[in-house]
Amino acid sequence: MTEHTLFRGARVVDPASGRDGTIDVLIEGGTVAAVGGGTERRGATVLDCRGLVLAPGLVDLHAHLRQPGREDKETVETGSRAAAVGGYTAVAAMANTDPVADNAAVIEEVRSLAARAGLCDVFPVGAITKGLGGEEMAEVGEMAQAGVRVFSDDGRCIPSARVLRNALRYARAFDVVIAEHCEDASLSEGAQMHEGLHSSTLGLAGAPAEAEEVAVFRDLALARLTGGRLHLCHLSAAGSVELVRLAKASGLRVTAEVTPHHLAFSDEDLVTYDTNFKVNPPLRTVEDRDALRAAVADGTIDAIATDHAPHAVEEKEAEFDQSPPGTIGLETALAAVLTNLVEPGLISLSRTIEAMSATPATILGAAEHGGPIEPGRPANLVAFDPAADWLVQAPFASRSRNSAFLGKRLRGKVIHTMYRGQLVVADGKAQR
Amino acid sequence: MMAPARLLDDGEIRRAVTRIAHEILERNKGADGLALVGIAARGDDLARRLASEITRIEGAKVPVGVLDITFYRDDIGMRAEAPEVHETRIGFDITGKTVVLVDDVLFTGRTIRAAMDALVDFGRPTSVALAVLVDRGHRELPIRADFVGKNVPTRKDESVRVALQEVDGEDAVYMDDRTG
Amino acid sequence: MNKHLLSINDVSAEDVVRVLDTAESFREVGTRVIKKVPALRGRTVVNLFYENSTRTRISFELAAKRLSADVINFSTSGSSVSKGESLKDTALTLQAMGADAIVIRHSSSGSPYTLTKWVKGSVLNAGDGTHEHPTQALLDLYTIREKLGRFEGLRAAIVGDVLHSRVARSLSFGLLKMGAEVTLVGPPTLIPPDASAWGVQVSYDIDGVLPKLDVCYMLRVQRERQRQQYFPSVREYSRLFGLTRDRVAMLPEGCLIMHPGPMNRGVEIDSDVADLPQAVIEEQVTNGIAVRMSLLYLMLGGAVTEEVSERD
Repeated sequence: MTEHTLFRGARVVDPASGRDGTIDVLIEGGTVAAVGGGTERRGATVLDCRGLVLAPGLVDLHAHLRQPGREDKETVETGSRAAAVGGYTAVAAMANTDPVADNAAVIEEVRSLAARAGLCDVFPVGAITKGLGGEEMAEVGEMAQAGVRVFSDDGRCIPSARVLRNALRYARAFDVVIAEHCEDASLSEGAQMHEGLHSSTLGLAGAPAEAEEVAVFRDLALARLTGGRLHLCHLSAAGSVELVRLAKASGLRVTAEVTPHHLAFSDEDLVTYDTNFKVNPPLRTVEDRDALRAAVADGTIDAIATDHAPHAVEEKEAEFDQSPPGTIGLETALAAVLTNLVEPGLISLSRTIEAMSATPATILGAAEHGGPIEPGRPANLVAFDPAADWLVQAPFASRSRNSAFLGKRLRGKVIHTMYRGQLVVADGKAQR
Repeated sequence: MMAPARLLDDGEIRRAVTRIAHEILERNKGADGLALVGIAARGDDLARRLASEITRIEGAKVPVGVLDITFYRDDIGMRAEAPEVHETRIGFDITGKTVVLVDDVLFTGRTIRAAMDALVDFGRPTSVALAVLVDRGHRELPIRADFVGKNVPTRKDESVRVALQEVDGEDAVYMDDRTG
Repeated sequence: MNKHLLSINDVSAEDVVRVLDTAESFREVGTRVIKKVPALRGRTVVNLFYENSTRTRISFELAAKRLSADVINFSTSGSSVSKGESLKDTALTLQAMGADAIVIRHSSSGSPYTLTKWVKGSVLNAGDGTHEHPTQALLDLYTIREKLGRFEGLRAAIVGDVLHSRVARSLSFGLLKMGAEVTLVGPPTLIPPDASAWGVQVSYDIDGVLPKLDVCYMLRVQRERQRQQYFPSVREYSRLFGLTRDRVAMLPEGCLIMHPGPMNRGVEIDSDVADLPQAVIEEQVTNGIAVRMSLLYLMLGGAVTEEVSERD
């Protein structure tokens, strides 16, 4: 007998269908069976969702799941569980594993690990260059044929304009996305944080915002030259946002993302040398942060992506300049956005779901995610309480605990995550 | 709160100082080899008064030093904050001298213990004696004064306060009842 | 006093005065036959030096010993990572040994902050990376007050590689806190970005600054900065920013010449300038002991507090 689950009384926020209102949603097996009328089924498991928001499951364009290679920090399974707890049903796994995901074999390995975990869909990102070396193009075509839609050397910016130009051109044959980490390494050499008053006071080497902006400018020019699909990862500077705004206005096909931590924090937060705030690109000024928030609101920035970057406790407990950059983010992303953008009235819930689910699903080519919530569609859903106030603290579902949000109070908590009709998170608890 | 009781007035303090000066000279058989070291604060002012009395009586100059005993206290680390430090100035060699330590009130004896420890870091006096304006009892160490202005029986929870012209604008000794 | 001394900003203007006044008493102790007081008997001070700095370590060691504290020197060059034991494990070891204070010198900015997460005792920053060196600033303030009698309205220039100088940061903040005016002087490449937001003036022209000064503080310039292209050559640097005999002539009468040592004679300061009577470089060293005694006494002379400020 097919199982039925009824989400009753939730406010459904589904930008893909334009729906925003209190409607019951019935799930049958792995798909949406009914929305609104005809949702009553005898024997259905009824989830009382009054006060909750029901939306398409979140989609993360940018997570580091560390497997293969650094299973001490995260595995595909623990990362998938963290994603589920955070309301995600699809996650793009970055290529900087060991070995690097620069060939179809590693891609397949990650996929099979994800299938075994069965907690969310994992979309492996392929490397643009072999071994992330920045010189020789990886077998983009073969990986594209294996289903990879996004390619990135994330963690590194492709240093050679020629190499990037060729990658953008070559990628056109497969209509895949080249996702760039924008950083002029010669301007950010040795940098520990954003260059400015605070880096001066803390005596930490800084990277100016221009280290990113120079690369953004170059990459946009090359996208124009090649007609390739360019996606800009984790923008951090107001100047970068302005460049993207101008490029979009001129009709360029470019998309951009920002992380929850760049929307929540600034370089002021580094005053105690807390390594959980050491991220790359660095947290910049309050003005940059505000420009990023505004860019999410006006659509200049298309998507919010976590840049979930787990690191071992002992690495993050090291001296500041020896600690690796990165914060985990899957479990706090939605709450961070609700707290910092929705709560102050900068964006609507609908825009939130668009930026965290519908748009990233489109960029990623994740057709079964991002809505619309319509009969016949795969049941990938999240139900969250937008008013719940909670304290971020260890333990996490992630194997790591290097969260910039540690010790912070956030508003908005994921209650249920449904992946292909299965409640992988129920009442806030991971089910497996 | 009751008004503090006055134990000594300015005339009584003046006479006590004069008497102690005489006793010191008598014990030392004159001013030769004599040195006074007052314990900050107020002990140093009393030491200077004793010195000028001795000069008046004997016509001899007696060296006077001031000693802060903070670094020698036995309760460091027991109070919330490190105790405030005062000036120490002993501008002469105490080795071979008869040193009279001077303090305003003798109570538990702990200050005098600290002062003797401090003093020996400056040299090796021939002998050390103790002069106090008020001895209020309740000793916690085997220490007694050689020269006393006035013995005052007190309860342990009372407080004896010496006021001197130099720092307080008047000469008087008061007893405050802390339980009052 | 704060429990820790991580930055000069941990010390209020009132406490600066208290530290300097107390240091005055310790200067007197240094003149006694027996230069040691029992103030910190039974306390344990650890000198945890990840960077070779014999001068600073000896100064702290002598300061602690003259206070009768037990002193342990734990020196290791290079980072904790390259050495194989983490800062945390070292900290926990020292904690287990009952350290009441840890004096840390480290090449990584912020390491003293990190250390406070794991130790119960006080942490004193004896220089961290390119961040701060607060005890150096306090001994410099002591020397300035001793020679000039005040801070309010004094005009000081800090000349050289401000960008990489922990001394410059602590001294700038300290002087500003006490009401002095500070001008940072050096090539634009060696002035920290946005430094004027600290409340200092910035100048690239030493000759324009010298005639108005009460204190001329020269910083050590490392030759490797040339290799890193902060300036084209050491020769050009010293011609543009070195304190030469001719430049000393431009200083007003009574202006102090200071340097935290060790000096590069002939680079940032001419050899014969360093030996002039208005150069108080040796006094700075002498005062260092009294100021560090004062700090240790004020920070450890109170009751032991037991909390550890673990933040996560």
